[in-house]
Amino acid sequence: MSERKLRLAGVWALVVLALLVPFLFGPYRVGQFTLVLVYAVAILGLNLLVGYNGQISLGHGAFFALGAYTSALLIEKADVPYLLTVPIAGVVTFVGGYLFGVPALRLRGLYLALGTLGLAIALPQLIKRFDGLTEGTQGLTVEQPTSPSWLPFADDQFLYLLTLLVAAIMFVAAWSLMRSQAGRAIKAVRDGEIPASTLGINLASTKTRVFALSAGYAGVAGALYVFAIGFVAPEAFTVTVSLAFLAAIVVGGLATIVGAVFGALFIEFVPVYASDVNDALTGVIYGGVLILFMYLLPDGAVGLLRRIGKLVARRPAAPEPEEEEEERRPAVAPPGRGVPAGKT
Amino acid sequence: MRRSVWVLLLAMAALLIAGCGRDEEDGGGEADPGITDEEIKIGGSYPFSGPASAYRSIAEGAKAYFEKVNAEGGVDGREINFITLDDAYEPPKAVQNARRLIQQEQVFALFNTLGTPNNVAIWDYVNKQEVPHVYVATGASLWGADPNSHPWTIGWQPDYVTESQVYADYLDQEKPRAKVAVLYQNDAFGEDLLNGFKDAIKGTDIEIVAEESYEVTDPTVSSQMAKLANSDADTFLNITTPKFGAQAIAADAKLGWDVLHIINNVSASKLLVLEPAGLDASQGLVSTTYFKDPAGPDWEDDAAMKEYKSAVGKYSRLNPEDPFGVFGWGAAATLVEALTNMKEPTREALMEAVRNMQLKVPILLPGIEVKTSGTQDGYPIEAMQIQRFEGENWKLVGDVIQAPHSGGS
Amino acid sequence: MERFIQVVVDGIATGSIYAALALALVLIFSSTGIVNFAQGEMAMFSTFIAWGLYAGGVPIGLAVLTTLVLSFIAGMVIERGLIRHFEGGQELTLVIVTLGMFILLNSLAGWIWGFGNRSFPSLFGDATFTLGGVRLTWESIGIVAVLLAVVGLLFLLFQRTKIGLAMRAAALNPESSGLVGVRVGRMLMLGWGLAAALGALAGVLVAPRLFLDVNLMGSVLIYAFAAAALGGFDSAIGAVIGGWVIGVTENLAGTYIDFIGADLKILVPLVIIFVVLLVRPSGLFGTREVARV
Repeated sequence: MSERKLRLAGVWALVVLALLVPFLFGPYRVGQFTLVLVYAVAILGLNLLVGYNGQISLGHGAFFALGAYTSALLIEKADVPYLLTVPIAGVVTFVGGYLFGVPALRLRGLYLALGTLGLAIALPQLIKRFDGLTEGTQGLTVEQPTSPSWLPFADDQFLYLLTLLVAAIMFVAAWSLMRSQAGRAIKAVRDGEIPASTLGINLASTKTRVFALSAGYAGVAGALYVFAIGFVAPEAFTVTVSLAFLAAIVVGGLATIVGAVFGALFIEFVPVYASDVNDALTGVIYGGVLILFMYLLPDGAVGLLRRIGKLVARRPAAPEPEEEEEERRPAVAPPGRGVPAGKT
Repeated sequence: MRRSVWVLLLAMAALLIAGCGRDEEDGGGEADPGITDEEIKIGGSYPFSGPASAYRSIAEGAKAYFEKVNAEGGVDGREINFITLDDAYEPPKAVQNARRLIQQEQVFALFNTLGTPNNVAIWDYVNKQEVPHVYVATGASLWGADPNSHPWTIGWQPDYVTESQVYADYLDQEKPRAKVAVLYQNDAFGEDLLNGFKDAIKGTDIEIVAEESYEVTDPTVSSQMAKLANSDADTFLNITTPKFGAQAIAADAKLGWDVLHIINNVSASKLLVLEPAGLDASQGLVSTTYFKDPAGPDWEDDAAMKEYKSAVGKYSRLNPEDPFGVFGWGAAATLVEALTNMKEPTREALMEAVRNMQLKVPILLPGIEVKTSGTQDGYPIEAMQIQRFEGENWKLVGDVIQAPHSGGS
Repeated sequence: MERFIQVVVDGIATGSIYAALALALVLIFSSTGIVNFAQGEMAMFSTFIAWGLYAGGVPIGLAVLTTLVLSFIAGMVIERGLIRHFEGGQELTLVIVTLGMFILLNSLAGWIWGFGNRSFPSLFGDATFTLGGVRLTWESIGIVAVLLAVVGLLFLLFQRTKIGLAMRAAALNPESSGLVGVRVGRMLMLGWGLAAALGALAGVLVAPRLFLDVNLMGSVLIYAFAAAALGGFDSAIGAVIGGWVIGVTENLAGTYIDFIGADLKILVPLVIIFVVLLVRPSGLFGTREVARV
């Protein structure tokens, strides 16, 4: 079996497992997996920006929050049918991401990181300031979607499957984008801006669009989050969320599509296990596991799977062009090292 | 292509088979879940990690009480199994903890969940599941305001509206024309106290002349303090949590701002606030309390206090002078009383006992009782006493002030 | 007018808090090229150690000095033992490792010393005095003096000594430096050690005012990050001035612009930085980045 077929089989296996979940587990676990899917969408969006396009964002929690509040407010205050709030949240955050992406073009590396961090800090404050609209620190409870009577599913199963459907659409969209011409352009920008521009790629347009798209993904995830949890408050959207997403893309595997799922599994389940082991040492265990993970699997979970795949494949196929592209280290030093002129 | 078809068929088959195999987690119809002849399972969600982790002492105090009760034979021979989960003060984690406790651990009741947003996040769900959601660890007036909407939920401590009423009463007596400057935390806790105070001073000659807020994520409140000190207030109302309370006291002293300084109950801890800020700077501070001070000499020989300190020493890592531990202990004592008074081992019976209680909890101040009178009474404790810091300790002042909510709800 | 000066002076005092940690961030960036998320927590941990020594009876000056030395060693050990493995690989992996360290150290400190807050003695005493109607404390003046001294020392180190040159070379271009005989590994260890010591210094400088608890540096880190970005991540004097600018503008905005209020005043420095970075993308004093194609 070639490596490519192995990969395909792997993805199919994942899909099958995902479909089985609501029927194998009770409502609590299913709820956890629903959240995993929610996070996976946001993490995928961030990976588009960071892994595939070489930018950085420490503020995706803000877009996540923006999407969540958009959905929550539309459902509770404007009686908009909940399904409709998903694309609306996506559009709102897409626009927000675009508006931020334009001035952010001037920022690189650490400075862009700070700019986005500023967003993450500002948003909870703005939510509190406009508490007439958002209910501020009290938080806003949202009626969660229930399983329609013509479907044989329980509420938690329905919610999971609905989230799975939306997540699948988002994943397939990202995957086909990355395989397309536009995807190559996005990756080219990451690998070297100046060479990319000599190839005729419009840097500014590509970068802002990717920023907007990745924000849109976070916004869609935010809306799904509202369905899953049924409550929004500024305390739920602190800087911790943005940092967790960042950790997740590295844990899952930078510049991978499926990695987002593993990253989401990590940030959802490891803290719970850590606090089960010893609630006085939760952070020590979680931080320790994170460091260990980076030590053992610097390419993330998907990196590990790929290595296993290479070993298992009986007939190593000729290296396929797109694989090489994704695994290659950027030829030019990643921007933002503050390196003055004269670097060899 | 053929492979994909196979996989799909396999998947569908697996789905069909597995479809019947899901373990349903709601129990049968006999006894209520979480209670057997041998044990009662209680669930709690607390911030064991994260920015609010200082409050984990509350959980430790409660656990110590349950251990003590278990050592004495439990409640009617049933051992209390207190399952606590960490939510890091994050609402989504609290939601998941509530689900886990109710669905997976099958607890009999949720007890002492901490934090206003966390409890708001879960109370719709918990009430829908008809699980007792008792003695939540937050002073928001929300829990008792409309018992009909969430009949399974009830608070415990004197809520922030009661507390601010007590401050207003005190000021009305001592300084009827007080001009007050307020520092408050910009969240549900701070706003509740501030708004409660504003309501309480309506119709009096007390005036708020300056207001400054701060965020829990701010490093320091020095600029807010400078602004407040610059106003023409003669009274300072300090609505903060411990770290910022200490900063405010220290800033007050440094600025030489010599006004009547009222500090809210959460920050009235000698251990966590006054000692770090400096006992000299803390002279003359006024606050309220409703339980016996573990750091003061007044209750050293008190039987209830001795029992508390010995249990805490035996069953926890708590510093015996930490007042948050006493809080947890008192709430736990109330729960055990309700469990003892329960007429049947059902959740409804528990709520009935909770809603019809008149209890003297030994660790509370004499004159302060846990009292509920029926389903419309959402506030178990509605009394506090003023205390003033003199020398090295808090000294109780005057009498217990009853500050019941108007209209009984 | 007096009030205005007071607000500015208070702003400088607060800004010095941010500047202190920012210096450590700048140092680690200058010598190793990465940003260390855990810098604040390392500083907090060191401060607790100093507190432990002091509570055990050691005079505060000696406790602080011992802590600086211990932190220096610890920084070197962390670099050699943990960070070294990740150097030369993907940058983001290392960033996540520092994030893991952040979480770990915070929890560990809580487990060892509890989550309550405690006081920490000021190295410069508590006295306040007034000068021309403006209220000052010896503590704030002391902090400013120490900051400027550190900036001066760092300048001397990096610009006037061989070892400083070697450190800079190792950070800019490890490969070429190695070829000319620079012990790159040693330089990196030195960088981490110095940064850890600086962080410890920052911790003991700010703890008296902020009170010592496990979240001491959590809120400061973001401001320090902002200060370093504003001043330029490879400029020590930039970090200090950046910190002051942030402290002063935040205080001015909070005092004089009413609709901003305390909840939004954090936006003021962020907006300022954003604007500054749009005009000067490498910060006020940072070296401009130019890449050869």
